[in-house]
Amino acid sequence: MSDATADPGKIEGPTPDDPLAQAKALDNVDAQGRMLAADGTPLKKSLARSLRIQKLRALMLIAPLLLFVLLTFVAPIADMLFRSVENQIVSDTLPRTVEALQDWDYESGEAPDEPVFDALYDDLFLAAERREHTRLGSRLNYETTGISSLFRQTGRSVEDLGDAYLDQFEELNEAWEEEVVWAELMGSDQWLEEQRAWDEESGDPLPEFQLREGVATLLPETTRSFLNFVEFIRTEDQESPLDEEPWSRVYTGLYTDLMNEDVANYSGPHAELLQEADAAVADFETQTTKEFFLSVDEDWGDPRIWGTLEAFSPNYTSGYFLNAVDMQLTPEGAGLRDEDERIYGLLFKRTMFMSLVITFSCILLGYPIAYLLANLPMRSANLLMILVLLPFWTSLLVRTSAWKVMLQQQGVINDVLVWLGLVGDANRLVMINNQFGTIVAMTHILLPFMILPMYSVMSTIPPSYVRAAKSLGATNVTAFRRVYFPQSVPGIGAGSILVFILAIGYYITPEIVGGTTGTFISNRIAYHISSSLNWGLAAALGTILLAVVLILYWAYDRIVGIDNVKLGG
Amino acid sequence: MSTSDVVITETRTMPYGFTCGVVAAAGAFFGLFVGTAQGSGFAGIALGAALTAALAYLAMAYLGTAQERSFKWGVIALFAVAGLLIGGLPGLIVGGLFGWFIGWFIYWVGRCRYRMTLPPYLTGGQVLWHYSFRVLCGAIFVFLITPILVVMPLSFNAENFFTFTPEMLAFDPEGYSLRHYRNFFDSSEWQQALRNSLIIAPIATLLAVTFGTLAAIGLSQPHVPGRQVIMAILISPMIVPLIISAAGMYFFYSRIGLQGTYLGVILAHAALGIPFVIITVTATLVGFDRSLTRASANLGANPVTTFFKVQMPLILPGVISGGLFAFITSFDEVVIVLFVGSAQQQTLPWQMFTGLREQISPTILAVATILVGISIALLTTVELLRRRSEKIRGMSPG
Repeated sequence: MSDATADPGKIEGPTPDDPLAQAKALDNVDAQGRMLAADGTPLKKSLARSLRIQKLRALMLIAPLLLFVLLTFVAPIADMLFRSVENQIVSDTLPRTVEALQDWDYESGEAPDEPVFDALYDDLFLAAERREHTRLGSRLNYETTGISSLFRQTGRSVEDLGDAYLDQFEELNEAWEEEVVWAELMGSDQWLEEQRAWDEESGDPLPEFQLREGVATLLPETTRSFLNFVEFIRTEDQESPLDEEPWSRVYTGLYTDLMNEDVANYSGPHAELLQEADAAVADFETQTTKEFFLSVDEDWGDPRIWGTLEAFSPNYTSGYFLNAVDMQLTPEGAGLRDEDERIYGLLFKRTMFMSLVITFSCILLGYPIAYLLANLPMRSANLLMILVLLPFWTSLLVRTSAWKVMLQQQGVINDVLVWLGLVGDANRLVMINNQFGTIVAMTHILLPFMILPMYSVMSTIPPSYVRAAKSLGATNVTAFRRVYFPQSVPGIGAGSILVFILAIGYYITPEIVGGTTGTFISNRIAYHISSSLNWGLAAALGTILLAVVLILYWAYDRIVGIDNVKLGG
Repeated sequence: MSTSDVVITETRTMPYGFTCGVVAAAGAFFGLFVGTAQGSGFAGIALGAALTAALAYLAMAYLGTAQERSFKWGVIALFAVAGLLIGGLPGLIVGGLFGWFIGWFIYWVGRCRYRMTLPPYLTGGQVLWHYSFRVLCGAIFVFLITPILVVMPLSFNAENFFTFTPEMLAFDPEGYSLRHYRNFFDSSEWQQALRNSLIIAPIATLLAVTFGTLAAIGLSQPHVPGRQVIMAILISPMIVPLIISAAGMYFFYSRIGLQGTYLGVILAHAALGIPFVIITVTATLVGFDRSLTRASANLGANPVTTFFKVQMPLILPGVISGGLFAFITSFDEVVIVLFVGSAQQQTLPWQMFTGLREQISPTILAVATILVGISIALLTTVELLRRRSEKIRGMSPG
């Protein structure tokens, strides 16, 4: 302590050049020399805590909206992306067929063998009962035309195969017609008791079906189809198996079982009936499933049908995307569509082309206006700005209907031209329901979106630059070209991308004034959603459009910045 | 370019040949239209040119500036009477307007008044370019505004046409009627649509403004993790093309049973309006002085009181104009409602859309005129609010 003056660190009391010591003197420093906050915790910790609280508070404020947007907007978009590849309908409707088809090779050039047809019979019978086969048919019809009618036709006649066996069993013994016989044969005693006690009027749920012991090993096929049957009528129709004759499918199963299994040792209910049938089935008239399907429609022998089924059996498919770019997924793999079926390439090209034309018209018309507004005195510029903002604020439909009024053959422009004698009454100009109509109307509708960003850039260009250029000897044209124009390019860029993004996604205006040649890809998307019901294709087209817009938007962000999006002056 | 009341270049009388030539060209141009309408274009051109040139010579050589006023009235009267003889009442008005223009034009050209507001050193070519540019801009403004103006008189059409009838052009009261407006107010379909619009838009706006303002305040805090990503997500409904949003919402909302319900349409519209609220409110908050909230907290106010008593009044203009944007978005929206809504949720734009596509009825034009009125009101409100907000924040002296 005595030689404290020799060591600056040990000086008692504050010195101006030692803040630590200064702080120590104001007793808010702990033993390790850390600053303390008022409540005694280290300052660093306290600051970190308050920062964390601040962050948390900010996030709490944002969270409700973020959640809202995620649920109402982002989830639908994600759903659309998912739908563009989703393809569970084939494997959901025909699960056994899809599995059986794995051993089949399209390259063989022949229709698959008996086991696959067996599986198809199984699946299709159930699908027909559930009325799902038409949905699958129309889904696959997008890929190979004719499948829809094939499925509908087959769905109608799929009962016939079993009916043939049913008739023969009934001829053998009337008892096979009895619902109760079937229930006693297949169901356990306990279930039979419960089922008999069940009263339809009571509203109680039907008792759970229980299989008779041993019957599953004795009659495997019959059991499986009977279980399907019971499950279906129990859940779909709320019917008791005691009152319903089994599906014809069950008789086919019984026939197969009796041919394959030995029922001589069976001693349950109706044993004689079963053994009698067992003895007789060998003489039954029979038909394999393959023969049956081919007799219903010989298209089932066409390997292309099976190839399509196989190509679309996975749960996710690129098929919709291929369709959206004029290709198709064929059994041989992805390939281009026929020349006359390629419409989406044309539509995408047309959408791009027309959006570009609209963007350029907007630049041509917007630039002089933005220049004038930026160079006029404040008062007159504000007044003229109203003329730009009024269309901007006017309902899109009002403007579209106004253009319909103007451009029609009996419309205002044609009337004026006829009145002036420039156009004969007989050959009025066709300006609507074509590309011209769409371009004019959309240029008008999107023009404010071009003028406003241009104006905000141009009003920041100091007029002294052009004056300086002129005083240095530049002509008017040179001064504009070399000095003013380069400074206004960011405005053109911002406006162009904005207009282009808006244009390629437009739906309403092309729909009303575009006719058939002036429509955009978005009109096709709407058509697939509401008319053709090919939702997957609509989703794929939407996904492609979305990707284009996002890339453009990213470019916009790089050029202008999201935060510089300004609204209405 | 300078304000019009400052005279930069002295006026002088131009050579008669120049004045007469220019005025005759204008006269010939208008004469062409009158001529073709009356049967002979060439006669119109010749007559128009000769008449106006003679008037110009009369004014410049004999009358001068001393009798300018009486000359102008004389020209107006002359052309009005000529118009009345040719085309009746509309001719009178068009003729009067033309007379007013030609009287002004003769003195404007003849006395070199067009140079008054321009620097004296400009060459003739530059002056010509200056005025051609103005005329070009004028034409573009006409393109911008005409479609909206044309709709209004047509909505008073007595006939079921989408175009001007001869009676309307003759200013015959018979040609005009309020039947399409009456039709709008009497038709249960349109009234149902109006009611739906007035249910859906305000609720969607309320949702968007409430959530949006809170989030904008959160986003304007100095430390927000992942601000860029959050901002991108919140702005996305504005970026994604409507048809894609509509498709996605249609698929998703039908999965969860919201398709064809009011709730579904309202939620979808609120999502669309949110970016506008976020953008306007964050823009207002940029100029917000943070020390005010600190001062308020220092004086013992809790955060809720601070928000309602200090922050809210200051950002209110931004909130309201964001709300108006959200309102007009929902009120005008048709693509989403076409897909997410069902026949029960038909809004005004939906009704107009189907009307335009299927049965063409001028009732649409009556509705359009009413909507233009609404948008003018909204535009005025937003403009006033913007000025007020700038004034509060001291960003502009006005």
